[in-house]
Amino acid sequence: MIAIIDYRAGNLKSVKKAFDFLGVDSKVVASPDELIDVDKLVLPGVGAFGAALEKLHQLNFFQFVQQWIQQDKPFLGICLGMQLLMEGSAESPGAHGLGFIQGKCLRFDRGKVPQIGWNQIIIKGKSNLLHGIEDRTYFYFLHSYFVQPDDESCISATAEYGVNYPAILKQGNVYAVQFHPEKSSDAGLKLLKNWIEKC
Amino acid sequence: MLAIRIIPCLDVDNGRVVKGVKFREIRDAGDPVELAAMYNRQGADELTFLDIGASYQSREIMIDVVERVSSEVFIPLTVGGGIREVSDMRRILNAGADKVALCTAAIKNPSLLAEGAEIFGSQCIVLSIDAKRHGDSWRAYINGGRIDSGIDAIEWARQGEKLGAGEILLNSIDMDGTKKGYDLELNRTLSEQVNIPVIASGGAGTLEQMYDAIQMGKADAVLLASLLHYGEFTVKDIKNYLKAKGVRIR
Repeated sequence: MIAIIDYRAGNLKSVKKAFDFLGVDSKVVASPDELIDVDKLVLPGVGAFGAALEKLHQLNFFQFVQQWIQQDKPFLGICLGMQLLMEGSAESPGAHGLGFIQGKCLRFDRGKVPQIGWNQIIIKGKSNLLHGIEDRTYFYFLHSYFVQPDDESCISATAEYGVNYPAILKQGNVYAVQFHPEKSSDAGLKLLKNWIEKC
Repeated sequence: MLAIRIIPCLDVDNGRVVKGVKFREIRDAGDPVELAAMYNRQGADELTFLDIGASYQSREIMIDVVERVSSEVFIPLTVGGGIREVSDMRRILNAGADKVALCTAAIKNPSLLAEGAEIFGSQCIVLSIDAKRHGDSWRAYINGGRIDSGIDAIEWARQGEKLGAGEILLNSIDMDGTKKGYDLELNRTLSEQVNIPVIASGGAGTLEQMYDAIQMGKADAVLLASLLHYGEFTVKDIKNYLKAKGVRIR
């Protein structure tokens, strides 16, 4: 069973609807108590870094998620859910992220911010998540901050928006995407299907 | 690199897509879910739904439309029309919309932009401006383009950005439905004054005019309604044309 963590941050239902569309069982969970029969975890999210962390703590998800990813269990972070893997963010100085990946999130300092729209990913390395997805495929991005890992070996794809920044991170079974696969039409559905079946 | 977006706009009244000229002469243009699925197949980058029905009943039907569209079509959805408070935003976002567009309500109550951005994030908040030329400048209109708010449209866009809007949907009342092209001067002037994306709307009649909106009007996206609904062009036609002209599209 796939669980989508509901920490009251934006449009979580789209991810659920995408899984429904793909014919895969999933559930939106509002408390760690509901995660007993779960083998894959999605951390979606839009909104601010600090506010999201507060919610994760409030709902007792923070520790659960931290342990989950440290145990290398199947995980997909989407957008803010990717940024939360980092230690911190320029968006919310002083807020401590999950700290699974060393480094922080920075704000775009060129072009219009937020970046809103379809951008191409540049694939850096082979990954099951990208099975059948070509280099320079467009995905839908919507963000003002991007992750900057200290160790770049976890970057499996980048995108360009004034700077080259990570579009996909992979460390073991922990995957994270800066774009919204649930809003990226056929390419996004393909990526979600890959994650369900191959990751 | 970021692609220029082509966004079909569906004006919805009591669950049906309609299209008027200069905010008048409303005609039926089809079922919203069917049209949404068709535009997705054609390669639309996003969809915008504007609820133009003023009634409570129309609002309720809109929620259902958003629920159904977002279960079948996996591209971003913006919904506008009749959003007056944070609870309206929440309902629409919960139904499956990704962004809400605010026009009249934002002018009457600018703090709504700030509240919305604070709770849902700026990326959720689209400031919709219905602009009409007054001599050398433009005024923001409210109530479906019927009432002059007296506020300068460009100044309002700047203020909206400060308050937390993540995007501007700029509709020219003068050009809307005329097919004579976008108000390029309005688009360029406003686009240069804000640091958030601007969506050009109102007036498209030819492919070249869309190209002009991007090149000369500095639009980050173009919004289209009647040209698409009545089948004069498909999204694919538009994208093929723009691509041939060197515009980056998906």
